[in-house]
Amino acid sequence: MNRIERVNDFVIRFANVNGSGSASANNLFAQAIFRMGIPVSPKNIFPSNIQGLPTWYEVRVNEKGYLGRRGGYDMVVAVNGQTLLKDYNEVASGGYFFYDSTRVLPDECQRTDITVLGMPLTELCNEAFENPKLRQLLKNIIYVGALSHLLDIEFSVLTDSIQRQFKKKPKLAEPNIQALEIGLNYAREHFTDSCRLSVVRRDLLTDAIIMDGNSATGLGALYAGATVAGWYPITPSTSVIEAFERFAGRYRIEDETGRRKVAIIQAEDELAALGMVIGAAWNGARSFTATSGPGISLMSEFLGLAYFSEVPVVLIDVQRTGPSTGMPTRTQQSDLIAAAYASHGDTRNVLLFPCDPAECFELTAQAFDLAERLQTPVLVMTDLDLGMNDHVSRPLVWDDKRRYDRGKVLSAEQLDALETRWGRYLDIDGDGICYRTIPGTHPTQGAYFTRGTSHDEYAAYTEDSGAYERNMIRLLTKWDTAKTMVPEPHITIRDPQSKVGAIFFGTTTHSAYEAINRLEEEGTAINTMRLLSFPLTATALDFINSHDMIFVIEQNRDSQLKTLIVTDNGILPNKLVPLTNFDGMPITADYITEKLEAGLAVSTTTTGGSK
Amino acid sequence: MSYTRPTFRHPEQQRNDKGYFRRDYEGAISTLCAGCGHDSISTAIVQACFEMAVEPHRVAKLSGIGCSSKTPAYFLGKSHGFNSVHGRMPSIATGANMANRDLLYIGVSGDGDTASIGMGQFAHALRRNLNMNYIVMNNGCYGLTKGQDSATADKGSAGKKGTPNPFESIDLCELAIELGASFVARSFSGDKQQLVPLLKAAISHNGLAFLDVISPCVTFNNTATSTKSYQYVREHSEATGTFDFIPLQREILTRYEPGTTQAITMHDGSLLYLEKLEQSFDVTSRRRSVDKLEEAKENGRLLTGVIYVKPDSQDTHDIINTTLRPLNSLDQSDLCPGSEVLAAINENYR
Repeated sequence: MNRIERVNDFVIRFANVNGSGSASANNLFAQAIFRMGIPVSPKNIFPSNIQGLPTWYEVRVNEKGYLGRRGGYDMVVAVNGQTLLKDYNEVASGGYFFYDSTRVLPDECQRTDITVLGMPLTELCNEAFENPKLRQLLKNIIYVGALSHLLDIEFSVLTDSIQRQFKKKPKLAEPNIQALEIGLNYAREHFTDSCRLSVVRRDLLTDAIIMDGNSATGLGALYAGATVAGWYPITPSTSVIEAFERFAGRYRIEDETGRRKVAIIQAEDELAALGMVIGAAWNGARSFTATSGPGISLMSEFLGLAYFSEVPVVLIDVQRTGPSTGMPTRTQQSDLIAAAYASHGDTRNVLLFPCDPAECFELTAQAFDLAERLQTPVLVMTDLDLGMNDHVSRPLVWDDKRRYDRGKVLSAEQLDALETRWGRYLDIDGDGICYRTIPGTHPTQGAYFTRGTSHDEYAAYTEDSGAYERNMIRLLTKWDTAKTMVPEPHITIRDPQSKVGAIFFGTTTHSAYEAINRLEEEGTAINTMRLLSFPLTATALDFINSHDMIFVIEQNRDSQLKTLIVTDNGILPNKLVPLTNFDGMPITADYITEKLEAGLAVSTTTTGGSK
Repeated sequence: MSYTRPTFRHPEQQRNDKGYFRRDYEGAISTLCAGCGHDSISTAIVQACFEMAVEPHRVAKLSGIGCSSKTPAYFLGKSHGFNSVHGRMPSIATGANMANRDLLYIGVSGDGDTASIGMGQFAHALRRNLNMNYIVMNNGCYGLTKGQDSATADKGSAGKKGTPNPFESIDLCELAIELGASFVARSFSGDKQQLVPLLKAAISHNGLAFLDVISPCVTFNNTATSTKSYQYVREHSEATGTFDFIPLQREILTRYEPGTTQAITMHDGSLLYLEKLEQSFDVTSRRRSVDKLEEAKENGRLLTGVIYVKPDSQDTHDIINTTLRPLNSLDQSDLCPGSEVLAAINENYR
């Protein structure tokens, strides 16, 4: 048997039952790899359930820094009887299957191409611990102890992590460390030279952090000065607001009074959540909401109002698998069209696409500036994978010289100084963006009636076709202005001669770069453009115009990004080749590599050239 | 129908305490049907705000969709207004109020806007006791779509189309009490004597003041068979008792016999004196107020006046403990923790 033999480059999958306390043990494992300075990428694959159903935790260790999903499992740690057989069969040939041998393996388990490592976790745990609740939790810690031997994880890193975790409750640290030792000692005794996967300290992550995207997003909103949040609980976006509230509890308390410099309202539904955001933004407070696909559907009505009445709104969409309720705990990038064109009538919304926690932080903060500068909704499109999983990322950065851009808002003094009649929807500067006023600013000037009905330049109701058309055309001018303000794409030209390109965004990024690097190593250069925003900037259009065949890699069935690019820019659809994954799991580098190779082969046979 | 408002004003027009004339509280000319009850309510709002010397620019008026929701254009022309979407006024008002707790929020809605499409938002603004005046101009029908029954149409009542409404009606006042409103009153657009002081009391109240104002639709629901017609409401109204609203710093001129009146001190120090028609009625008791509504209904009467008051209620800001400074007035130095704090936060994620 050829055993897989790798250092700092493998995928391990933990199969657990949800609600059994496995998350903290698995986190401990991933954190230990991180603290040894090796790039690591944990992904939680969990059910829409609180207790009793199968849940998996995949950890990719890769010292080259490839942190997208690779595909395949070199080792499986199986502690869930329900899925044991499936987990056994999914181990890669030459890989390792670690299981709780308190119960014997089923007869079907007859593979000869894998190494089976049995350890009586339940038995060991029950011998050592009395408390039934503790037993359940510590059984998981025991296998982490065993893995430290099998994979050469520095034991002190694990014990340090435990001590750090229980700094305030040192009594709880003791049994955890004991459990680690039980696992370590058993493995030392029974498994010699059994496993050829290993980790070696590299200290590659001197500056990096490991953080979930939703925490970074919530923190971005806090730094951007959001004071009002209206929200409704929905997986996978809830933890954005929870993070915002947690940080606000620390950094938004008035010293003298203990009162809060923030208003967070759990709404009755997503409609009301966005209504609150619009009301607050109209009244001059930075405000936001966070939701997922089903919420976008419900918020469409209000997005249309905000677009048409030009109220700056920030909406975080942590996408999940649709349509309808879909798979609530699986990831996808499938809300693009719904978000970009939300609401009836002609509407277009600005979208931002972060790909890691640092960008969740930065683009969320930037969304507030953009929304106020453009007086329109800005949607930050993350997804479950980015939002709820921990990601290794460069640290979050804030420049203290940076000032909030509140856009065109007239103060009382400015209203007094006006020489001509002010009109809320009068385009003075020719950029489609007009000057707004905040209620209560001036005793006699600047009051107007905000409405979702058609209005003229002075905000008065009108059914005059000319006035209506002028307004709609001005909104398009504003859309063109948006193209000059949104963040530029990241373009990598690997071969200036190559006419083959690839476009991707968000969490597809990591696997896409890995796949394209693999192809480059084999001599095929694909130029890449990672989009950070919709609409596309002039630079982004140049990239598209200078390539003849462009793969659009995304995680939905209908190539939604491709549709947006084609529709909004009049690009010929045929030059954009869809490369989609929509199974609800983060897209893998293996899958992209395979599809790129197949797509390139087809193009070579049909066109007979490099085109 | 008038297309312009005469600019002539009485030469001896009085200024209020803040120096404003009554005309400073007027709005654009109404486009509603001649005789519409809603216009009387707009006029009452103008009068109440003028007499209370509310500064027009410190008011935000908000509405949903429907005939009633058009009215904010017809009063307080110097105030900011927001005509939102159908049934969604309460959430817009909630956000606006969270952003600036110092303005007076007047929300106008209709029976369709509140009792049907907006029922959810109505309920939740009430239970959060948002500090606002929530006025329903209640005509029992959908006027703007030509007279369909609304959810507040009484069972058996028939409008212009002549078909009696077969369904139970929703009593918004009763619901408001149960949902946690801290000031609940009902009035009639045709009774300015009652409506104006009710509006003034609502303005003085801290928390959600709900006013259900029966306001006949002259075009579609003012028939002999309708229970929301001018005639029917006049004949069937029964007030909880006459009452007197005395704004803060005004001299109390009337002498009230002990035992016959209930005095309530409003949040801003104003006083509300209610004449008691019966000894047992206590307007601060939720249970008695609901009983009283049901009792009137049993007798085929429509109860008007102040129905329930909780004078010391906590509004949403009190409940969630927000700063006393308006949130929209806080600047970057108040809101942004800065790079040093961020460096420490990063450290927690290593």
